Amino acid sequence: MSKRKKAVLTGIAAILVLAVALGLLQELLRPKYGYGNIPEGTLIADYYDEAGDHDVIFIGDCEVYENFSPITLWEEQGITSYIRGSAQQLIWQSYYLLEDTLRYETPDVVVFNVLSMQYGEPQSEAYNRLNLDGMRLSASKIKAVLASMTEEESFWSYLFPLLRYHDRWSELTARDVTGMFHTESLSHNGFLMRVDVRAAENIPNPRPLGNYDFADVCWEYLEKMADLCEERGIELILIKAPSLYPHWYDEWDAQIAAWAEEKGLRYLNFLSMTDTIGLDFSTDTYDGGLHLNLAGAEKLSSWFGEYLAEEVGLTGHRGEEALEALWQAKCDRYYAMEADQLRELEEYGYLKSYGARAPEE
Amino acid sequence: MSFTSGIFLLFFAVLLVVYYLIPRRHQWKLLLLASYLFYAFAGWSAVCYLLATTVTTWLSARQIGKHYGVQAQWLAEHKGTSTREERKAYKAGIKSRARRWMLFGILFNFGMLAVVKYTDFVLGNVNGLLALFGGGQVPLPHFLLPMGISFYIFQSMGYLLDVYRAKYPAEPGLGRTALFVSFFPQLIQGPISRFDDLAPTLFAEHRWDGAAVGLGLQRMLWGYFKKMVVADRLMAVVNTLSGSPEEYQGLYVLVLMVVYAVTLYADFTGGIDITIGVAQTLGVEVTENFQRPFFSKNTAEYWRRWHITMGSWFRDYIFYPASVSKPMMRLTQWCRGKFGMGAAKRVSAYLVTMLTWFVTGIWHGASWNFIVWGLLNGVIILVSQELTPLYQRFHARFPRLGATFGYRLFQVGRTFLLMSAVRVLDCYRDVPVTFRAVGSIFTEFNPAILWDGSLLTLGASGADWVVAGCGVVLMLCVSLLSRREPLRARLALRPLALRWTLFGLLFLAIVVFGAYGVGYDANQFIYNQF
Repeated sequence: MSKRKKAVLTGIAAILVLAVALGLLQELLRPKYGYGNIPEGTLIADYYDEAGDHDVIFIGDCEVYENFSPITLWEEQGITSYIRGSAQQLIWQSYYLLEDTLRYETPDVVVFNVLSMQYGEPQSEAYNRLNLDGMRLSASKIKAVLASMTEEESFWSYLFPLLRYHDRWSELTARDVTGMFHTESLSHNGFLMRVDVRAAENIPNPRPLGNYDFADVCWEYLEKMADLCEERGIELILIKAPSLYPHWYDEWDAQIAAWAEEKGLRYLNFLSMTDTIGLDFSTDTYDGGLHLNLAGAEKLSSWFGEYLAEEVGLTGHRGEEALEALWQAKCDRYYAMEADQLRELEEYGYLKSYGARAPEE
Repeated sequence: MSFTSGIFLLFFAVLLVVYYLIPRRHQWKLLLLASYLFYAFAGWSAVCYLLATTVTTWLSARQIGKHYGVQAQWLAEHKGTSTREERKAYKAGIKSRARRWMLFGILFNFGMLAVVKYTDFVLGNVNGLLALFGGGQVPLPHFLLPMGISFYIFQSMGYLLDVYRAKYPAEPGLGRTALFVSFFPQLIQGPISRFDDLAPTLFAEHRWDGAAVGLGLQRMLWGYFKKMVVADRLMAVVNTLSGSPEEYQGLYVLVLMVVYAVTLYADFTGGIDITIGVAQTLGVEVTENFQRPFFSKNTAEYWRRWHITMGSWFRDYIFYPASVSKPMMRLTQWCRGKFGMGAAKRVSAYLVTMLTWFVTGIWHGASWNFIVWGLLNGVIILVSQELTPLYQRFHARFPRLGATFGYRLFQVGRTFLLMSAVRVLDCYRDVPVTFRAVGSIFTEFNPAILWDGSLLTLGASGADWVVAGCGVVLMLCVSLLSRREPLRARLALRPLALRWTLFGLLFLAIVVFGAYGVGYDANQFIYNQF
């Protein structure tokens, strides 16, 4: 072999080794989410293992992934669903996540929670990371990153997360090693379960706003979302989940209702339907009314499942053998986790794992 | 565009590929385009200043060159037909016209530098004086200081003076002059190159040379390591300690001296390594700016090894011309008549040294801190010179001592501490605060900060100190191994796999241990501000 050829081959081998080393370092240093450590962190990436033929896709912030149970929708109506929710998901992130999801499947219905209409600009790097790091590389991800970055952030660090997380070397634990190639997911088709109860008390009075108009950029992305759904023959349903706080102003509600009517879209404000649904905020929330607990999520999902079947006309897939088997496994895991959470609750008086923190002494 | 930004790396990668793909005769034109693109990131107004320096330097040098050309032609035509006096008179006339163009270039450019860099400083002092006498205040214009202006103006004026001194002919092309002034790797923080050093490789046509490109990339990598792993990690400590001088006294000041010395060294030499490395990948040879200065045994030697191109600029264009200037010669003569030869020599040497160091100080920044810093360096060098006979007597008494390792180590340590003590003037907000802080080393006794965890509260965790410490040890080892020839040259003789492994590890160390990204301020190179 000539000297030149040998040098080129050595160079190629070295670059490959370096690339592998960088990949391993990236896996080692990226934050490991899951049990007891920000369970929301895995939600976006979890989807790709489950991507397929869902009847309903939920898009939105914590008000979807804490408040709707796809298992209930399946068990009661045979409706298959997935929640592409993530913490403080901004509307452009929702749009690009929808775009991303539609690369894998075309659901019958997309449900979008409109709370994020209140945010007209990027909010925080931490939430951006929870929303975007888990997305697979695609044009949608790149557009989502560019739309979401705060001033201090770098685009490259979303393509190569090592550039963002390199500094974690000083806080590595054994969990970072064991979690390099295995992600602990707590979600059930994007739903995060909590069985504990903290009644809604002392909801702060809403602060009057100087301007109740949503930002133009939010309307723009809502329009795009509606257009995308129409183009793909999907029914878009707008909802406002029944979370008591942050406050959903009547002025906001009126704007959404008017827009939905103009577009011929369904808009359900569950805050005005709590009695119909049977929600009791002394027992159906785990954090004083911000999010529903399992009992609340199952009540809401039960009502919404009926609505989807009766009003929207989804027929469900009960009796389809392959799906029955698949969802049975999901149900088993769901009930096992419920039982484990109840056990923890009984043993410690609070949820020790599952992202819950011990109540203050 | 900072060397440590992602956009620079992209810019450099694209440039490198295109540079070796285009016809070689266009390479220098591409470099010119790239240099202006690079500088345009500092804003279009900054580009205007750069253009002004370029055009005036080119015009002045060209006119000077034309006059010298006419002179050469006249002398050739009148060879044998003119008397010595006629030739002398003709030359004087030409020199006078050339001087006018030289003065135009010098006054325009240094005037521009003075206005943008020193107006606020001068007016601030005027306001201070007015306030003493109950007068009003002159508003400060707050000119935006174009990045690297001190570097490219000094480089351009060095070229102009060399042309005026007929050291080499003027470059006729505006484009080539523009590239010499703006060559992007050294535009922001030097080195301050000489035209005859830089031009041969800057304008030459370069074939792809994998070995040279590899060496350049290795040099860049080492620069990034020094800057991002050591300097930027320690900068937080420097900022904390210098930001609250009332709180951090005694041994903290000593810690600041040492940490700032290491930080500045890693930052500045790191930047220069990147500069030289980038140039090397493009086939351009840039003058070395450092020669292991922390191994210097005295101050004069230190200044011959630290920021070499700046020191030689001041030596060649301030110190020597001032030493042989007419006013200085007249002063020397006057002193010789009054006080004798020895004193006369001293007076001129003292004055010129202090003038040079005053200019060096104010070149670094428009503040009394830098002026005092410069003057203190001058004083130290003069005192050192005056004490030379004493040293000689001491060494005559103990002839073996000077050759011992221990004594050499003492000299190196003494020079390091002395220079570090003077250098803290860079850090504190004003001169009195600096002197009080340095004085507190002798009045505040707080050695416990070294072991009671206080050092972990200065903006660097234990892990940060360990990483920076390992980086410093590595820098020290590389310095020691590079005494005779650069370590890279020695490594080039070793097996390829070993080299790839070492530089691969260095790359990974920068990626993992570098101080960058969210949570770190984007630290500009310290010398960018000068």
